[in-house]
Amino acid sequence: MKKFTEDHEWVSVDGDIATVGITAHAAEQLGDVVFVELPDVGKSFGQKDEMAVVESVKAASDVYAPISGEIVEVNNDIVDEPAKVNDDPDGAAWFVKIKLSDASELDKLMDEAAYKEFVK
Amino acid sequence: MRYLPLDTEDRRAMLDVVGAKAIDDLFADVPADALNPPLDLPDHAGEFAVERQMAAMAARNRAAGAGPFFVGAGAYKHHVPATVDHIIQRSEFLTSYTPYQPEIAQGTLQYLFEFQTQVASLTGMDVANASMYDGSTACAEAALMARRVTRRDGIVMSGGLHPHYESVTRMNGGLVGGKASVSEASPDGKDNVIDLITDETACVIVQTPDVFGNVVDLEPIAKAAQDKGALLVAVVTEIVSLGALKSPGEMGADIVVGEGQSIGNALNFGGPYVGLFATRQKYMRNMPGRLCGETVDADGKRGFVLTLSTREQHIRRDKATSNICTNSGLCALAFTVHMTLLGETGLRKLATLNHEAACATADALSAIDGVELINDAFFNEFTLRLPKDAADVVEALAARDILAGVPGSRLWPEDESKHNLLIVAATELTQDADIEAFANALKEVL
Amino acid sequence: MSMNNQGRPSRPEDIEVQSVTTFTGNRALQIEEPLIFETGHMAATGVDLPEPKGTTSRLGGLERKSSMNLPGLAEPEAMRHFVRLSQKNYAIDMGPFPLGSCTMKHNPRLNEKMARLPGFADIHPLQPVSTVQGALELIDTLAGWLKELTAMPAVAMSPKAGAHGELCGMVTIKAALEARGEAETRTRVLAPESAHGTNPATAAQCGFTVDGIPADETGRVDIEAFKAKLGPDVAAIMVTNPNTCGLFERDIREMADAVHEAGGYFYCDGANFNAIVGKVKPGDLGIDAMHINLHKTFSTPHGGGGPGSGPTVLSAALAPFAPIPYVVSDEDGFHLVEKRSQEEGDHHSFGRMTAFHGQMGMFVRALSYMLSHGGDGLRQAAEDAVLNANYVLARLSEEMTPAFEGTCMHEALFNDDFLKDTGVGTLDFAKAMIDEGYHPMTMYFPLVVHGAMLIEPTETESKHELDLFCDALLSLAKEAKAGNADKFKAAPVLAPRRRLDETAAARKPVLRWEPSDDKSMAAE
Repeated sequence: MKKFTEDHEWVSVDGDIATVGITAHAAEQLGDVVFVELPDVGKSFGQKDEMAVVESVKAASDVYAPISGEIVEVNNDIVDEPAKVNDDPDGAAWFVKIKLSDASELDKLMDEAAYKEFVK
Repeated sequence: MRYLPLDTEDRRAMLDVVGAKAIDDLFADVPADALNPPLDLPDHAGEFAVERQMAAMAARNRAAGAGPFFVGAGAYKHHVPATVDHIIQRSEFLTSYTPYQPEIAQGTLQYLFEFQTQVASLTGMDVANASMYDGSTACAEAALMARRVTRRDGIVMSGGLHPHYESVTRMNGGLVGGKASVSEASPDGKDNVIDLITDETACVIVQTPDVFGNVVDLEPIAKAAQDKGALLVAVVTEIVSLGALKSPGEMGADIVVGEGQSIGNALNFGGPYVGLFATRQKYMRNMPGRLCGETVDADGKRGFVLTLSTREQHIRRDKATSNICTNSGLCALAFTVHMTLLGETGLRKLATLNHEAACATADALSAIDGVELINDAFFNEFTLRLPKDAADVVEALAARDILAGVPGSRLWPEDESKHNLLIVAATELTQDADIEAFANALKEVL
Repeated sequence: MSMNNQGRPSRPEDIEVQSVTTFTGNRALQIEEPLIFETGHMAATGVDLPEPKGTTSRLGGLERKSSMNLPGLAEPEAMRHFVRLSQKNYAIDMGPFPLGSCTMKHNPRLNEKMARLPGFADIHPLQPVSTVQGALELIDTLAGWLKELTAMPAVAMSPKAGAHGELCGMVTIKAALEARGEAETRTRVLAPESAHGTNPATAAQCGFTVDGIPADETGRVDIEAFKAKLGPDVAAIMVTNPNTCGLFERDIREMADAVHEAGGYFYCDGANFNAIVGKVKPGDLGIDAMHINLHKTFSTPHGGGGPGSGPTVLSAALAPFAPIPYVVSDEDGFHLVEKRSQEEGDHHSFGRMTAFHGQMGMFVRALSYMLSHGGDGLRQAAEDAVLNANYVLARLSEEMTPAFEGTCMHEALFNDDFLKDTGVGTLDFAKAMIDEGYHPMTMYFPLVVHGAMLIEPTETESKHELDLFCDALLSLAKEAKAGNADKFKAAPVLAPRRRLDETAAARKPVLRWEPSDDKSMAAE
């Protein structure tokens, strides 16, 4: 099940591993993404910590960790080809995988319907 | 007032359109007691009245070109071809703005692209930015960039770095937890800067030729820095030297900053100058300042745009790589025009002439009793140890219309051990007669 | 993620435009010009130098052996190259340049002539002070004018540009807080959300955290919200006045009193000083520091993006911490203080902003401008700048939508409401101005106004030029509303280049020329 933050990240949990990306709405608002900077594997973040950077021509934005945990994998495809973030933000263009340290944090996030209402 | 096109009738008609009775209606938000304060200033003046007043002040300065001149230490008297000044005074360059509308600013953008290429080639680096305020501020920005790249706070500076550069870097690079340390400033070029490098060091900043004129081999310092995960920042205050010397890039520098004044720009009492900033490809996105990049337009034609500007303050605001808003566009243009006129052939020759003039000057002066030449290897500048306070000697020579160089007390007011030092520069403009006059006068005043 | 959705399209849309093609690609006076690296030769030079004597080098074995790959051009080729490039630029000398917050006014050529007097241009920053008395007098005279026009007791002359002046002001504030022993506790800086991007960038560079102050419905600082944010941890406020919406902050004295009462300092961004020079002295309003962009208010040329100059005036509370060097005078003449005093109670300079004494070349131009205007002319210039902006605001309101009600100061701010549902965006509208022969206004700034268009005509535009300009913009606005979106989307079509692909430029940055295999240094 996907959960969403007010800062336009999505998170999808499988066991204790959460996959994180930015929403299609965010990708559209940013415009053409030209640069992505991802954290090192092994680094830990608290919820809402600045974790990655995504740049379009018109904006540079921080991507926040939607939940606390340790980075176990990063998606270097989007570093090599930032355009993928525009092409498939919900799927292939995920940013990082995080090993959850506190699953209860997920309860604070929005579900898909709530997020859709939020960005309306 | 010759610069104001509106006349009384225009103003009346325009106020009517605006719906205001008097001009001060438009200043209604200003606290009434603060509006239209008395001004203790003269009234407007015509061109010749202004010229007269300005020329009177200009006449009270001794121009470098008016006689023998040997002052350097970060700014140098070189010949600037007449073409350079003509080009930079063209309306389309002089009175344009930062090229935010690339469709009607390709002139500025293309020369910036050419400038970046020239600076990168000259310094032996991969990429350069579109210029900075001057060499000293570029140096401070290099320290900040190294802190961002390495996520460390230590800034290690060589004592051979121009003390003004050190002061600017200490102030700016030292903000927000930066920790600066400096090795002993040693006129003979012996430098223990390597001993200061630790695991906390973000960068090591080394100038070549250093402030005393010594040519510095950066390779061992680069290696020592990089072994500890720090960056080597090379500083070049006399950019003409790169026509004769191995580039900092060849010697392993990670960032090269420089003062570009020597190419195309007048002395101007210290500004405006043009800061050069170049680095390796891998650090491109950490570079401060403006960048110009190549692209295509809607018809597929090659064109240029400012790029990677999301790093800049107008978008990134409190997360910008630097607060810098302008570069030094017109001075960069002067640099590029002069460099284009020189070409590699001209620059090499120019550098050789500078070196030869300095060698001749050093030989003539060090032959004088009591005068010691400190440097083994130098480019167009060297340091003499005099038997007395160099500032007094400089004053005495100035009275004889010879501007002899920079006395140690000017750069190190607190360090009396350096007050007998005199830093002397020669360039392609130095003539044999100037050297002779200097040597003869020096004998007299010592 | 944090998000800024106030941006603009960044790559051209695919729209067919009919154009005349030529064999050369040239279009009459518009000549296509390659890079110098494509036409220059390694052996060519446009400078005649004497032959070296061949003395043995003393370079310590570090002689350059590698090529620099720097081709040269003979003088006529170089002249043509750069003149052709120049003809691809728009400039104030060609027509109105209404970039809001940038102040593109006429640059008098007398000032250029003065700056080139050998007594100013050909003097070295480290010459004996006895040989540069006129230069120090000039700096001192200019400082005197700046202090009189601002009613401030001190001015730091060395900052090299506006943002550098901001840095100077904020570092001075930091030094003053340190002297009070409060540097550790006062860490927050308040700045309006409409501020120039340099304000938060500067504050952050000094280690302050930045806290935004919201605007009220009139486009000014919300004074109650501002007061609510004050506290013992506030170091300073940074407020632009007139502000970035082109409006005078009515409550500026109340702000100054409140921040002083809370123990903080008032940094005023002087980017818009040209609107009030001679009309109001900022020192009478309670500020502690303000930089003055000589390239805006005092018309030193912008030069395609610098050099600028940003002297920073300081209140009595901050003056002791000003940077070195500075000029003092006594009966013996002018002196340059280049040493930080160690003595108690004396000057406690924080150090240096730059290697030398600031932008002397700009000082000469600015003083020449001031002497030409005089106090009366400067006041008239401010009045005309404000009148011109209000005239444009009044005339354009016929078709365009002002962001706020009422009159403005020196710049007129519009939002994109009038383009609603036309399919034409702010960027398209601005690009269409290029085909009409105008430089676009400032777009998408300030961020607090949707699709902002900020127009600053300056005082050096005649009523005739303003009428033509307003006629052209009104006509464009009508055309946009009439549904001719395609024309706007395609614009500009008559400029030296059409819209450029900024996305491609940023994704795979090409920041320098590299020889490609097929055209590698043909001359070698």
